[in-house]
Amino acid sequence: MLSANIAAAETAGKAVAASGWFLENAWLIWLFPAVSFLLILLFGKRFPRGGSEIGITAVGASFVFGLLTAIQWISKVEGAGGGGAEGEYALGAGGMAAAAEGEASGGVGALTRSITWLTNGAEAIGAGIMIDGLAVMMIFVVTVVSLLVHIYSTDYVAGDRRYTHFFAFLSLFTASMLFFVTASTTIQMLVGWELVGVCSFVLIGHWWEEKDNSDAALKAFFTNRVGDMGIIIGVSILFFGAGTFDVIGVNEAAINGSMSHTVTLAAALCLTAAVISKSGQFFLHTWLPDAMAGPTPVSALIHAATMVVAGIFMVARLYGVFFEGYAIGGSSINTLALIGGLTTLVGATLAFVQNDIKRVLAYSTVSQLGYMVLALGVGAWTAALFHLFTHAFFKACLFLGSGSVSHAVHSFDMKKDMGGLRKVMPHTYRTFMIGTVALAGLPILSGFWSKDEILVGTGGWGLFGGTGGNGAYTVMLAMGMITAALTGAYMTRVVYLTFFGEFRGHGTPHESGPRITVPLWILGGLAVVAGFINFPAGFQLVPASWEEKFLQWVEPVGVSYFPSIAHATPSWTLAIVSVIVALIGIGAAYYYYFIKVRAVSPVATELPDGPTSRSAVARLGHQILVNKYYLDWLYTTVIVGFVKGPLAKAAYWTNQNVIDRVVNEAGTRSVQAGNIVYHKVDQLVVDGIVNATGKISDSSGEELRRIQTGKVQQYAAIMFAAATILAGIFIIVI
Amino acid sequence: MGEFLNDWGLSIPTFLPIIGAAVMLLIPKDREHLHKLIALATTVAVAVFGLLLLIQFIDNDNYGALNFVVDKGWIDVIDSRYIMGVDGISLPLMLLTMLIVPLCVIYSWNHFPEPHNPKAFLMLLLILETGMIGTFAAQDLILFFVFFEVVLLPMYFMIGVWGGENRRYAAIKFFLFTLFGSALMLVSFLALYFLADASTFDMRLLPEAAAGIAKSSQVWVFGGMFLGFGIKVPMFPFHTWLPDAHTEAPTVGSVILAAVLLKLGTYGFVRIAIPILPEAAAEWAPFIGLLAVIGIIYGALGCLAQRDLKRLVAFSSVAHMGFVMLGIATLTDFGINAAVFGMVAHGLITGMLFFLAGSVKERYHTLDMSRLGGLLVQAPRMGWILGFCAMASLGLPGLAGFWGEFPAILASYNPAEVLAEETFRSYMVIAALGTVLAAGYLLWMLQKTAFGTPREEFANDPHVHDATVSEYLAWAPLLILILVLGVYPHLLFGATDPAVVNSLNDCLDSVTSGACFDAAAGK
Repeated sequence: MLSANIAAAETAGKAVAASGWFLENAWLIWLFPAVSFLLILLFGKRFPRGGSEIGITAVGASFVFGLLTAIQWISKVEGAGGGGAEGEYALGAGGMAAAAEGEASGGVGALTRSITWLTNGAEAIGAGIMIDGLAVMMIFVVTVVSLLVHIYSTDYVAGDRRYTHFFAFLSLFTASMLFFVTASTTIQMLVGWELVGVCSFVLIGHWWEEKDNSDAALKAFFTNRVGDMGIIIGVSILFFGAGTFDVIGVNEAAINGSMSHTVTLAAALCLTAAVISKSGQFFLHTWLPDAMAGPTPVSALIHAATMVVAGIFMVARLYGVFFEGYAIGGSSINTLALIGGLTTLVGATLAFVQNDIKRVLAYSTVSQLGYMVLALGVGAWTAALFHLFTHAFFKACLFLGSGSVSHAVHSFDMKKDMGGLRKVMPHTYRTFMIGTVALAGLPILSGFWSKDEILVGTGGWGLFGGTGGNGAYTVMLAMGMITAALTGAYMTRVVYLTFFGEFRGHGTPHESGPRITVPLWILGGLAVVAGFINFPAGFQLVPASWEEKFLQWVEPVGVSYFPSIAHATPSWTLAIVSVIVALIGIGAAYYYYFIKVRAVSPVATELPDGPTSRSAVARLGHQILVNKYYLDWLYTTVIVGFVKGPLAKAAYWTNQNVIDRVVNEAGTRSVQAGNIVYHKVDQLVVDGIVNATGKISDSSGEELRRIQTGKVQQYAAIMFAAATILAGIFIIVI
Repeated sequence: MGEFLNDWGLSIPTFLPIIGAAVMLLIPKDREHLHKLIALATTVAVAVFGLLLLIQFIDNDNYGALNFVVDKGWIDVIDSRYIMGVDGISLPLMLLTMLIVPLCVIYSWNHFPEPHNPKAFLMLLLILETGMIGTFAAQDLILFFVFFEVVLLPMYFMIGVWGGENRRYAAIKFFLFTLFGSALMLVSFLALYFLADASTFDMRLLPEAAAGIAKSSQVWVFGGMFLGFGIKVPMFPFHTWLPDAHTEAPTVGSVILAAVLLKLGTYGFVRIAIPILPEAAAEWAPFIGLLAVIGIIYGALGCLAQRDLKRLVAFSSVAHMGFVMLGIATLTDFGINAAVFGMVAHGLITGMLFFLAGSVKERYHTLDMSRLGGLLVQAPRMGWILGFCAMASLGLPGLAGFWGEFPAILASYNPAEVLAEETFRSYMVIAALGTVLAAGYLLWMLQKTAFGTPREEFANDPHVHDATVSEYLAWAPLLILILVLGVYPHLLFGATDPAVVNSLNDCLDSVTSGACFDAAAGK
């Protein structure tokens, strides 16, 4: 079937689009793991491998379908490009309500299909799929990493007390993430957004017997909930601004101006809040390092490659809203660019003082996510997604590598339990090095290409040549450059502490098995080659037809739902400078660890008279970094502590002692009043009425008396008196 | 079949339970098993009848209008008639009732709370069912009022007799509070009868007949209903009966209270107060919205201060019903659809949470969260069910709770045109903050009860075991519905939407609102 489709693609461009079966049925891609989740949950334990085989099969199927979808998409794009002016390029025969909308201006529009999900005011609100280059790219990333993580986990969590459950939630996560990236409406995106959050919660807290783990899980969930307020409100604003939940419709309304700029900006700001929490941006990034309490495969899949980039994806998906709302084309520093820039720096600086290898990588993820947000903020849309693409592979490789190391030494502490592992763990060491070099952005590995594209995209500093783009974001370029140096430095530190020097831990570590090393090598391989998919234009060292493939396949051009963004011209100078900057960072750290520290002793991890012991400023800086800029203290102790402690107690006190007291007082006084009425007025004065009431009460109280203690009349008296008095109170109050 | 259902479809399930109760009255108390069987048979029969109604309702394919209408003379002196009928708003709530009651019978099968006495307990349950179903079916204000009040007494006894230590206080508080509200509600109904153009209690005619009432009177009449329904909901600051009633009530009582009784209040707003008095509703809406968002935050803070699991769930009801009321206060189709969805979802989810609290109490003999912990270790399935319900309760998309919460927040961004946008947008932000707090209290609850390892005092307690068969039977339908409605909300929105659109008086229709209210102001 696959070959048939490709063949068709080559021969008759137009026919292929109509036969894009995988494109039209892309919802199957998330359905497989969703079904797998239920199957594992219900029957997983009865399977010989505890349900993991179901998960692997399902994700494998998703991967194959995703790949075929991608191929069909690419053939469609190439077909359209080759065919020249195919303005009214038809998508499928019919039944796609919104399909034609997106391609008014001649590009290849996304394919959408939907069903009625809910109805309101006699209008159907749909749910469906929206498949375009962005979606197929994300499907590829998610399924590849998820599949490898599944395989890796069969060894890594083997023998775990909740093995089956672990795989069930990996499946659910994969399904939710795929649902999110193929969503055709904002409301679906909101659903996927929260579902991945809850999977993250469950998986971080996988070993919930220890309170630290459940604390970390709760922290992740709360922090994300704070941001979720933003997406809930943002989606609402966009719905009323654009009159639809459809992603295409929302983008169009933002771009063609039918949604006012104020509304667009408000929505963009709200959604940015959601991005800040989900994608670990400064100042809500604090949950991400704590999330490392979860099993390492989870960290690789969720907290490095996929879930945390949900925010990036959302911005990319609703780029019309952000581009117009923040006026990104106008060079002025906007919220996105600023947050991204700050995050890259904050993450990179904090990565220096961690002793836990996973935490270094977590802060590194924060920093790299900052790059992506920065890129989106300066209008370098493709660069951001390209970096997302490459980062997924090299960071997953690094995380899984750290897992392999910890598998061997039973610890994540680099200073106490690692060192010298390169000899005993050659596969892990080599793949980790590939990941490191890619992350540091050295040519020709993948990180180099994508990071360079982001730096170029900032359009800052004309002196490097190139530039252009959407404006001159010089500050962002500077931030990116500094981070490039810091990245090289902290990764050199990690490599030294983990793989060089002498082993400082206990026991005899040995290399992990093939189910761990094979995924590592695949990811390592991808970390090498992933960058080749998007050689810059005018690169000259490769055939011109190899250039900018990623851009061509992923970036929507000439469609009404995507803003027309300018592309910066690549610059050799800038590329060389950024590599030199990275090398300076690496060199400095190399000098410190590989030469100075090693000279002290092969098991040393710091200089005895390091900078912190000599300089008060360095000590202060170190102190601030160790305390993570005091953000955790602010959130946990000050804010949460206040709400959970004094505020909640005060509210409850008010409830019991103010509001309820009014009620009780009313009741007590009514009883007194009732007694007075009963004894003084009723018994003495209105005797006739008493008799009548008595009879009624007696007969109605027959049943009651059997069960209760025969105080019907008193209750009745209390009841009516209380009602009267309460009525009086309320009339006065109101 | 269709003919039969159209004539008798509502009367039979309404009165079948009370017939069952009458039969039980004749059977001696000590034949407990027979009592249980009769109660189960009756409630299951009602549920099956409900299913038939649903099928016929779908077949009639007229969700917006009243189906199965019966209109017979009743109390001619005051022009009150026996009018029954259901549309897309009331049917889901009625079906919820028909589902919950048999589940309660199943759940209590082997463990009736002290002082035992299944005969009396189940009879009360059956009488309750008649009252609840009748309230959702009644289309005449007096008939509605009668059913509304029928509910009160059985619940009073259920709390007062089978409740916890402080049951007397809680029962009387519940009774007086509600009675006080319904007294004013009755006054409002009478006022409508006398003020409206036609002397009628017919809810189908009143929206038109009441249009001529002067606005100032409308506002007062609405006020009476507001208290009547608002106390039942309960809205801040009339909520204080709720935590006490829930804490003291036996498990089944709490479940019914949360799942159905609270909805009588919100249903009253949607069915009676707003369609009949839309102009007054517009006057009251900002105030109702304010109380709703106060309730959301306040209920959440109340939860955060709790150590008792059941009391926490009770306070969470205050917060959740705040979302429902916020949806109603927007006076838009979106908001009211959300409210109806929220009612059903809250019924399912909070009902489940009370079931779970009951089962935890039965095993640990305490609900003090500082003593609990490690439920997932000792009773893993129950622990997971608790986690599932907590997630549903905090409004996780994909589960039912979300579709009550999110559209309510969404609708308050753009309330009916007669309402001030700024006010409601502020409410929206506050309500969104409430979702954060909801995550807070529910997850801390989960952490304290389910995560960690069991305390020493319970570590080897043989009483602590996983869910039993009767528990599974009682819970499964609720859990499945929570998931199904969450995944495919159209099932419910599809039914409610036409009815909501019909019930929104022209005065609130966003297109014509200007004209209508200008005219009213001009008078």
